Amino acid sequence: MEILEKLSFLVENISLLADWRYVVMWIIGGVLIFLAIRYEMEPTLLLPLGFGTILVNIPLSGAIGGEGALTTLFNAGISNELFPLILFIGIGAMIDFGPLLSNPKLMIFGAAAQFGIFFTFCVASMFFDLNDAASIGIIGAADGPTAIVVSQKLNSNFTGAIMVAAYSYMALVPIIQPPVIKLLTTKKERLIRMPYSAKSVSKLTKILFPIIITVIAGIVAPESVSLIGFLMFGNLIRECGVLNSLSDTAQNVLANLITIFLGLTIACQMQAEKFLQPATLLILGLGLFAFIFDTAFGVVFAKFLNLFLNKDKKINPMIGAAGISAFPMSGRVVHKMGLQEDPQNFLLMHSIGVNVSGQIASVIAGGLILNFFM
Amino acid sequence: MFNKFNPLAFIQNIDYLLVGMISIFIVMGVIILSTVILNKIFSDKKDK
Repeated sequence: MEILEKLSFLVENISLLADWRYVVMWIIGGVLIFLAIRYEMEPTLLLPLGFGTILVNIPLSGAIGGEGALTTLFNAGISNELFPLILFIGIGAMIDFGPLLSNPKLMIFGAAAQFGIFFTFCVASMFFDLNDAASIGIIGAADGPTAIVVSQKLNSNFTGAIMVAAYSYMALVPIIQPPVIKLLTTKKERLIRMPYSAKSVSKLTKILFPIIITVIAGIVAPESVSLIGFLMFGNLIRECGVLNSLSDTAQNVLANLITIFLGLTIACQMQAEKFLQPATLLILGLGLFAFIFDTAFGVVFAKFLNLFLNKDKKINPMIGAAGISAFPMSGRVVHKMGLQEDPQNFLLMHSIGVNVSGQIASVIAGGLILNFFM
Repeated sequence: MFNKFNPLAFIQNIDYLLVGMISIFIVMGVIILSTVILNKIFSDKKDK
């Protein structure tokens, strides 16, 4: 009898499983792991996030709450935005601004394709309070670390859903963007060729560029200093030429290490009671909306510019879509679409240049959002 | 917070859309200008 009493905790724990929400969250965790492995959808983040979702939704899980390991990691690296910012150093070290520096005019498309962020914010404000609406809008930045930093700084209640939306749609860029681009362009426009002449960029320009961008963005939107500063610091150690070992570490070891913790730790926000709300479905819908409108406005803006350009200087409007950030996926999608229309139409250097500018513009947009609402 | 549907909020907040887009175009414009100047001043010839 005494033994049975001691074993009663087993029955108690199992009885907690009667709460269907835990089972649903396990399924969601399983789906994230499946998508990461089977379809290689952002596996570096979705796999840890999926497993973490299961960890935090085991009844009475010791991983969260009080001194739980994931809660400790969350307080140490997410609630103070440290992990995403450190990840930015790695991302900065991975980016080659060369194609952009040799044709800086392309940067204007990076600005245009941030439309989805602000438009989605306006739509989300019909359902959510301003801070949450702004955090949802930033899904359109197509940049996970920016989404985490903004939603944390604005104390959003929906960081988990925002993260899932941001990373899922980034992985789905090859599915989301082509139909939107095709809908808004004619075959004739998609066939426009854009000759690329590689202009050499001096080493000094490559070194000064990240410093100048940080100062300009910092003056306009002081809240963006940490975001843009860490990104550009990563790029500076890449371009300076004397820190190759650090650059290599930032691109590989550091980025990988932080990514492991980031995915697992963000799962703290995937607890059933926080995630299983009608608002989550709405956020996933609004995130898709943001990606579609980013893409659409980028394309439409390129078409608008074409109205003022000579026939031989016309821009292939598809490259406007690459301003969405989601580097380098979006640039590759546009290049591939160009090749499908005409196997001799190589848009890669242009689309990657626009894509990199989208990375910069999305971070600045995040800084502007923070400036508006903090 | 998840609020009741308030369609007027869209109109009330459209200012942010305009100010946000204008700001981002201005900032990117300044960055383009700075890059063009950088390219002009520090062309590869001078670097060598």
